[in-house]
Amino acid sequence: MDFVNAIILLLNYIFIPALTYGSQLALGAIFVTLIYGILRFANFATGDMMSFGTMMTILFTWYFQSLGVSLGVLPTALLAIPFGIIFMILYMLLIDKFVFKYYRNQKSPPVQFAMVSIGVMFVTQAVVRIIIGPGDRRFFDGEKFIIKAREFKEMTGLNEGLALKSTQVITIFVTIVLVSLLFWFLNRTKTGKSMKAYSDNEDLALLSGIDPKKIVIVTWVIAGILATIGGALYGLDKSFKPFTYFNNMLPIFAAAIVGGIGNPFGAFLGGYVIAFSEILLTYAYKKFFMYILPESMEPNTLVQLLSTDYKFAVSFSILVIVLIYRPSGIFKGKVL
Amino acid sequence: MRKNLNVIAAYSIMMVLILMVGIFQSWNIALSIFNLCLISAVMTMGANIQWGYAGLINFGIMGYTALGGLAAVLISVDPVQEAWSAGGFDILMSLWLIIVMVLVIRFILKRFEKSKVRTYSIAAIIISGILLIRFSAEPGIEAIEAVDPAKTGFLGGFGLPIIFSWIVGAFFAGGLAFIVGKVALGLRADYLAIATLLISEIVIAIIKHEDWLTRGVKNVIGLKRPAPYEVDLQTTDWFINLVAKFNSGKLGLIENLADRQAALNQLVIEGSSVFVKLCYSGLFLVVVIILLILTQKALYSPWGRMMRAIRDNEEAANAMGKNVVKQHLLIFILGSAIVGIAGAMLVTQDGLFTPGSYRPMRYTFLIWVMVIVGGSGNNFGAILGGFVVWFLWIEAAPISLFLINFFTAGIPETNALKAHLIESVPYFRFLMMGLGLLFIMRYRPKGILPEKIEIK
Repeated sequence: MDFVNAIILLLNYIFIPALTYGSQLALGAIFVTLIYGILRFANFATGDMMSFGTMMTILFTWYFQSLGVSLGVLPTALLAIPFGIIFMILYMLLIDKFVFKYYRNQKSPPVQFAMVSIGVMFVTQAVVRIIIGPGDRRFFDGEKFIIKAREFKEMTGLNEGLALKSTQVITIFVTIVLVSLLFWFLNRTKTGKSMKAYSDNEDLALLSGIDPKKIVIVTWVIAGILATIGGALYGLDKSFKPFTYFNNMLPIFAAAIVGGIGNPFGAFLGGYVIAFSEILLTYAYKKFFMYILPESMEPNTLVQLLSTDYKFAVSFSILVIVLIYRPSGIFKGKVL
Repeated sequence: MRKNLNVIAAYSIMMVLILMVGIFQSWNIALSIFNLCLISAVMTMGANIQWGYAGLINFGIMGYTALGGLAAVLISVDPVQEAWSAGGFDILMSLWLIIVMVLVIRFILKRFEKSKVRTYSIAAIIISGILLIRFSAEPGIEAIEAVDPAKTGFLGGFGLPIIFSWIVGAFFAGGLAFIVGKVALGLRADYLAIATLLISEIVIAIIKHEDWLTRGVKNVIGLKRPAPYEVDLQTTDWFINLVAKFNSGKLGLIENLADRQAALNQLVIEGSSVFVKLCYSGLFLVVVIILLILTQKALYSPWGRMMRAIRDNEEAANAMGKNVVKQHLLIFILGSAIVGIAGAMLVTQDGLFTPGSYRPMRYTFLIWVMVIVGGSGNNFGAILGGFVVWFLWIEAAPISLFLINFFTAGIPETNALKAHLIESVPYFRFLMMGLGLLFIMRYRPKGILPEKIEIK
């Protein structure tokens, strides 16, 4: 019985939260990696673009709520996401037309692109803060829990409860569907294959008649979808605050690079690598050991490797180590 | 004279703008803007040395600034004797452990050939070392943090005058830059940017959460000043006489003696804070001028020429026998050290150290906007960038408020859109910075005062 309790404890406090957080990071990381692989620059506006998409979703959620439209047990935001995506894509294409296109035609070095993306970051941050304000927004409605910790305890008679939030299930489910669709698109359709070719060797792709303008637009469309959904899922699960989204840029970058930048599948796995290591290294295992060890060996400290204050520092350290020892990432980057 | 006309014009416009703030708003605001402009200018010079001279991208400016600030705390605060006796021994032991660990790793790196076993054993030493330090230092840390946590709860510093911290801050930042440079400088430009940004975040995380060293988010307040205190000035005779002399015309107009005394008191209070800020301005100006002379000399020296050669064509410079790796490391350390000085200056001016306030927006990206806008590779441009951008950063809110009121003059005050816009005035500064950066990068990619190389 103690063993089952220990497993449930780990499931509840490590596995499910890490899987959720990892999915949110993974979507952002694929966004970063796509932009890096095809448009060839590190996009420092990642976090703020995600917050823009989330903001549009929130605005539509409020609009639907005021109309009285709802999805019952599911959050209304799911209905608003497609509209958020449309605005996100429009915003991205607008920025591309007025900002990035010029530098693409100039064939500027990646550093210049990165600097320009910092300008875009400032502007996007201003736009989001002016429209919705810097405060904390919760826009979740519908049923909050699928399984409540107390109900689970009563049902199974165990000491440890297992709480399953509906946002966690939605996040994981949507991520799996979206990522499988994306990989199907990249590997099976003609456009997807031409994107891969363009990422692999630009000149060769142009010679074989691939239209670069189309590739760029498709990339921004996919990026818009990923950014909005990733941002909205994070906002649903936690809460929406522009500053947090800006900060999330850093673990997202870490995930993309750890997975091998330019490689979407690597980025997808990288998200989970970062999330799991953050949570595994900062969790206090005292209770876990109390269950599995005999009473005489019970630990009297928290058995915590690092204090939770260093959560972000963990992912950054992993990134730094990967950058130094294997700059192409764990899963070998630069092949889309 | 003629070819420097644009430099002189740009600086004159900047000075006029600050004077206008002094005349229309208040001299206090003008001087605090001016002081922070000077500090920003020092930071920009540091970043400019790395980016403009050598083409190295460093997004870790925030970390070096914070280390400079930490130096200010460690130098100026009086040592906390009880904390030292409570846990000083444990901390010193941990320090020894770290030194031993580094020495062992160095020994392994030197003695053994590169192999998988070596890599894994080094990793094992680091991990077990960290665990050992964590568990051995814990009682000491807890004891230190328990010493009067509302006031101290940390080891304190050396109790020296805070001015020394400007030099120590440079050494701290330079030391960090040495480590970062050793591990990260081989990376490609955009990877280097991300790596330095993340390393600076790690530094901030440590400063924020190691309470025994820095008091963490509880902040350190009331640091010693190199300038006189306002309260002391207000009771000093010579200062009151000075203020009276300055304002004799204005005071002479007041007939009533009691009124005149009250007016004088008011002027003394205002004057004292202006005087303190002027003291800081003087100190900061000295630093800026010294750094400017040094960096200008360096720029036109053979060393500067070599750095530009490395920047413009690394392979050719390498082929000419220049040690690119070593020079990159050197310039990375020098630039970061200058940023460290700025960090210590900032804490000196504020008189408090707040680890929570170090955010990448303010201390990394804004500094980069300054470098790009001012003109990378040109020291006068970098300083001007610091002035222009900081001035706009502060004055953006009043300017945009004025613009909003101007354009929506016909709309009634109760209009929801207008009210919303006026409420979000503080965020227009981000918009201004972003648009400014984008326009400069597009239409004047070399900055306001571009780099110009004269061959004499």
